[in-house]
Amino acid sequence: MEKRFMKGCEAIAEAAVRGGGRFFAGYPITPQNEIPEYLSWRLPEVGGAFVQGESEVASINMVYGAAATGKRALTSSSGPGISLKAEGISYLASAQLPAVIVNISRGGPGLGSIQPAQSDYLQATKALGHGGFRAMVFAPATLQEAVDLTYNAWDYAERYRNPVMILMDGCLGAIMEEVELPEMKEPTFENTEEWCLARVGGRTDSHMITPILPEPALELLNKGKAMQYKMWEMLDTKVEEFMLEDAEHVVVAYGIAARVAKEAILRLREEGYKVGMVRPITLYPFPKASLDNLDYSLVKGVIDIEMTIPAQMREDIELQVKGRCPVHEYGRSGGMLLDDEGVYDAIAEIVKGGE
Amino acid sequence: MAEYKRPSSLMPMATGYCPGCMHALATRLVADVIDELQQADNAINVVSVGCSALNLYSWKGDVIGSAHGRAPAVATGIKRCLPDRLVFTYQGDGDLAAIGLAEIMSAANRGENFTVIFANNQTYGMTGGQMAPTTLIGQKTTTTRFGRDAQTTGYPLKMCELISVLEAPVFVARYALNSVKGVQDAKKGIKKAFEMQMAGKGFTFIELLTNCPTNWGMNPLDTLEYMNTNTIPYFKPGIYKDKEAEA
Ligand SMILES: Cc1ncc(C[n+]2csc(CCOP(=O)(O)OP(=O)(O)O)c2C)c(N)n1
Ligand code: SF4
Ligand SMILES: [Mg+2]
Repeated sequence: MEKRFMKGCEAIAEAAVRGGGRFFAGYPITPQNEIPEYLSWRLPEVGGAFVQGESEVASINMVYGAAATGKRALTSSSGPGISLKAEGISYLASAQLPAVIVNISRGGPGLGSIQPAQSDYLQATKALGHGGFRAMVFAPATLQEAVDLTYNAWDYAERYRNPVMILMDGCLGAIMEEVELPEMKEPTFENTEEWCLARVGGRTDSHMITPILPEPALELLNKGKAMQYKMWEMLDTKVEEFMLEDAEHVVVAYGIAARVAKEAILRLREEGYKVGMVRPITLYPFPKASLDNLDYSLVKGVIDIEMTIPAQMREDIELQVKGRCPVHEYGRSGGMLLDDEGVYDAIAEIVKGGE
Repeated sequence: MAEYKRPSSLMPMATGYCPGCMHALATRLVADVIDELQQADNAINVVSVGCSALNLYSWKGDVIGSAHGRAPAVATGIKRCLPDRLVFTYQGDGDLAAIGLAEIMSAANRGENFTVIFANNQTYGMTGGQMAPTTLIGQKTTTTRFGRDAQTTGYPLKMCELISVLEAPVFVARYALNSVKGVQDAKKGIKKAFEMQMAGKGFTFIELLTNCPTNWGMNPLDTLEYMNTNTIPYFKPGIYKDKEAEA
């Protein structure tokens, strides 16, 4: 294991290379430019290919082409760029091609702001494109977690032959932290013969990859996907449960918001207030059980903290709380950052509300 | 005497194109050249959205469907990862010259080492005959009921002319498939483009003037003469760029 002090975007880029990533196409947009910049020199070093696409639309379709050859392919973008990739992501899901899409999110809607925000939760978890498909969404809160999730992202994408998203806001993309970098993983081409264009990985016959199917076959594909989503929920949900045992108030937050919320929770614990946190690491599948199984004879309130207004995770939370306690929300938006005091005050007001 | 048989890249089935449609002829020409070059096992057909998508089902070799207009981007991803494979896109005029204009110009400008086969039938065949960027002035379509009017819709886009002014492309040519000579020349052009690609020379672009009897509202035989008097005078066949000949 190699330790390095790295910037978020560069750590993700290096983790992608070590995880077997060998093709990148992308279009410049702040705050993720360090990813293509890094990969433009790093990928050729390991025999991979880098293309600066003419748009996000072109880039996601280059990734679609590369994925069809069995190479581990990725793209990255933010805000408006992710919207432009929507059609291509839907095609990946339809043609059952694996790929990794990194979203370093910024303030929205519209051109919005280049400052960090958690503004794309709904897009990422409900509809990354048309047609009613889902993709796994990983939301790291530290750079080490970002490295580990990116490193393993293709294992999920290939297992389920579906695109996977790493969703991380511009704060995490820009900060520097020490990370432990895993060893280079050589893609094995295992099982790729099932879905690649032919004569890759030892296959000798030809193959059709199609984003269009006769109606009965398309329904079958969708039924298969529906089963797969249930499987993800059972096998692949990732969550951090923090100080929940005796919690009377439970914060729900992911990514940068969870880091800020954790500081506030520790402060309130010192003051004797019983606050805990559910931190989804997979936003999809959403860690339903962590919220459903709370002891609601103890829990007086759930607080959704997000760097977006209005809160976007709220409906997913309410579906699990099922009216058993009030759900509150606090956030900042448009590129205005969550800060320690604001988050502490928002939680404290609810927690100490009865006093 | 030469034997006339089904190219090995095509399934033993009807193509699905309307009777008399030159998409069938164009597909066959490409498949014949692939056989002559013994590339059936090595070729990858990047199909676009339009009537050409019917190729997905009749093509026996490696074939991949792509989003409307994005075939050159998909082919870029494939060729960069599999540089030894013979990669070509097969695109209609709506696909290539309207929604996919950025992708075709950028792939051509990067000099990507694949071949584009461009079937220009001056209409959106698949969606029922709307105006295409290549529709001729005065031509009636379902969205230009009184004929294409240059005042509001501009002029038919000449892709060979546009692409040939770029530095990177190595071979750019247009052929009309309404005559025996045109078909023979087209086959030679496709072969030359594929050979240049296999030699790693760079981006090659073949435009084929085709018909759409169904949406032109014409019987297939009449389309041949229509093309002589209308299409060919505007879209002039010829070799627009040949870096080999220049050298
Ligand atoms: C994003 C998107 N927009 C629109 C369509 C609908 N569509 C399908 S085929 C087509 C036109 C195809 O025309 P052309 O490329 O000229 O091919 P032809 O059928 O004439 O061979 C259109 C607009 C689509 N499939 N995707
Ligand atoms: S609609 Fe036109 S282009 Fe499409 S198959 Fe029929 S004749 Fe050919
Ligand atoms: Mg057309």
